[in-house]
Amino acid sequence: MQQKDVLPMKAEKADKRLSAKPVITGSEAVIRSLIAEGVDTIFGYPGGAIMPIYDALYDFQDQVHHILVRHEQGATHAAQGYARSSGKVGVAFATSGPGATNLVTGLADAYMDSTPMVCITGQVAASLLGTDAFQETDVIGITMPITKWNIQVTRQEDIPGAIAKAFYIARSGRPGPVLVDITKNAQFGEFEYEYVPCTTIRSYQPVPELKQEAVTAAAALINEAKKPFLLVGHGVLLSGAEKALIALAEKAQIPMASTLLGLSAVPVDHPLYVGMLGMHGNYGPNMLTGECDVLIAVGMRFDDRVTGDVPSYANKAKVIHIEIDAAEINKIIPAEVAIHADAKTALEALVDEVKPSTHEEWLAEFRAADKKEYDKVQHRELYPEAGELKMAEVVRLISEKTKGEAVLVTDVGQHQMVASRYYRFKNPNTNITSGGMGTMGFSLPAAMGAKMGTPEKEVVAVIGDGCFQMTLQELGTIYQSKIGVKIVILNNNFLGMVRQWQQLFFDKRYSSTEMVNPDFVQIAKGFFIPGKKVTAREDISAAIDEMLATDGAYLLEVVVEKEDNVFPMVPAGAPVSSIRLE
Amino acid sequence: MQKEYTVTVYTEDRIGITNRITIIFTRRGINITSLTTAETEIPGVYKFIITVMSTREKLDKVVGQIEKLIEIHRAFVHEEDEVVYQELALYKISTKSLESGDIERLIRDHQARILTITADYFVIEKTGHQQELTDFIKKLEPYGLIEYSKSGRVAIVKWSRRFHEHLKELQASSEA
Repeated sequence: MQQKDVLPMKAEKADKRLSAKPVITGSEAVIRSLIAEGVDTIFGYPGGAIMPIYDALYDFQDQVHHILVRHEQGATHAAQGYARSSGKVGVAFATSGPGATNLVTGLADAYMDSTPMVCITGQVAASLLGTDAFQETDVIGITMPITKWNIQVTRQEDIPGAIAKAFYIARSGRPGPVLVDITKNAQFGEFEYEYVPCTTIRSYQPVPELKQEAVTAAAALINEAKKPFLLVGHGVLLSGAEKALIALAEKAQIPMASTLLGLSAVPVDHPLYVGMLGMHGNYGPNMLTGECDVLIAVGMRFDDRVTGDVPSYANKAKVIHIEIDAAEINKIIPAEVAIHADAKTALEALVDEVKPSTHEEWLAEFRAADKKEYDKVQHRELYPEAGELKMAEVVRLISEKTKGEAVLVTDVGQHQMVASRYYRFKNPNTNITSGGMGTMGFSLPAAMGAKMGTPEKEVVAVIGDGCFQMTLQELGTIYQSKIGVKIVILNNNFLGMVRQWQQLFFDKRYSSTEMVNPDFVQIAKGFFIPGKKVTAREDISAAIDEMLATDGAYLLEVVVEKEDNVFPMVPAGAPVSSIRLE
Repeated sequence: MQKEYTVTVYTEDRIGITNRITIIFTRRGINITSLTTAETEIPGVYKFIITVMSTREKLDKVVGQIEKLIEIHRAFVHEEDEVVYQELALYKISTKSLESGDIERLIRDHQARILTITADYFVIEKTGHQQELTDFIKKLEPYGLIEYSKSGRVAIVKWSRRFHEHLKELQASSEA
């Protein structure tokens, strides 16, 4: 008797699923809501508490591409790489308990580096919350300080609204990661589904109103300036303000320097671009920060790696701070004029009010500093004729052979600083690195995400031997999902940056920094990824050519000088003018 | 220089909002000395009144970071002279002490009042500033203080009119 009822019931259910407000499960609502937000790629890892959502995903494989990662941390970094290269919101799935806690590093990284990301975690049934159930963890409590927003959903009817808010919050204003934790009962429960995108939250004003008087005050300072200096932060890329920024720089002939995350906003070969700021940035930008009379900081937050000693930082300058996040204004460096606004809006308004100007002598100071750095450091790093391979020459060759048009994904440490210093970026959003958090292991999964986000671009991950071993299991994802990333391991058999500090500041006491490494090419081979190891200068050019000519993923291990140091360098906490060239 | 400040925070009604606010103080190692929260005259909007020992510079930054939270309307730092405030304390005393005539005078002189009396104990209520309330403990001690309990601070900001208009507009727009 029961059997007979099944078919008509199913038909009725199917009708309801097709209606304007279909009756569907919370799990299906998750997938439909994501599709409504334009999501076509998800990085994730299934497990008990998120199984209903994965089951719903099974019916939408033609619309949503799920990439099965090898560790949830990889899912977050991949979502970050995807977001940073494509400008879209990255999405990651994980189960409750350990799945959720494995997201922590990626969430913290995305929070520090203003990356739009939505993570969806499964959670035990609402009735079990707080009981120490199997794989129950308080992911809301854990991720509170490292997300822009998070929410636990315990009722299916709240799912579409929570996801709509999550996407709105993640991508608006200063972007950031959001976590939506969904209990299993809500995933199973049925309700009348309807999706309404979120466009406003009454307690949240993501885009501040531009105050014209601040623009006028800033323009007056710039028009008076003898030595103006533009600092280009990540906010320039996030707001798509590259053209407005360059227009301002060109109109008033202002030199521009970039933060680590601002790299690629301005083409490296732009005549007014003077290099990178910070601890391992260029000599000129660091030395001359102390000389400038008006500092125009755009979409950046004066990280301690940029400022060095704060009291002496830019102490001859009046500071104009253009920043969308009010909490960053006056946090580290007091602003003479604060323009609390979206960078693009502010810069476009500022260009109109700034008068054409020239600062020939000031620009000549940068050229002189640049020459000094080139003669003392760069030439020997980029074009060595003898000795072991240098990281810089490898990066130079990659830069030349990709014409500066690849998406460069770097990890953390010496290789990161060298790659950031010497890759000659041409196009915006082609620099992906872990800046604020400095997360070792970031780049391999981030490169996968970047390739998924911008498949038309060449994506090259430059990774240190230490970093690579933190997330190398993602080679499995690269193989399974056929992600054509090029992986370059700069292997010095050391945790190079820590070793450099030990050499300079800890009397060469190399405590736990030397690495006995595996055969990286063999490891790649185990994942069916072709590769090559290069130790000699004469082989490197051809090896990079071979890598770039390979269709699909490739791993190139380059054995570089073991105790090479990255210079210039500002010792931690010292004034930026104390930058050392050797 | 470290001194006592009152921080007020206007929030949406949301589970965990207290945690979101307090971890921002925790990060900077600022100890919260009292915290009072209740719904405001606008339904769904809550007001937190937090007292802390810290510096103005630090607190201006803390407040900026609190305001950054999605469900926060506004947050403010107030100097001592910018707020009118009050705290409330309850004192439980053995009923035996009523036999002495002095306690009645003490209650009158300190504008306290008796809330309840049982055979064993009675409860005195007094409002005032922290120092007055703790001073009163000392005065009650000879009579056998059994228990003492004090609220956090309730404060009204002297110049808050504009913000309250904003809140009312908010209510009007969300009702529309």
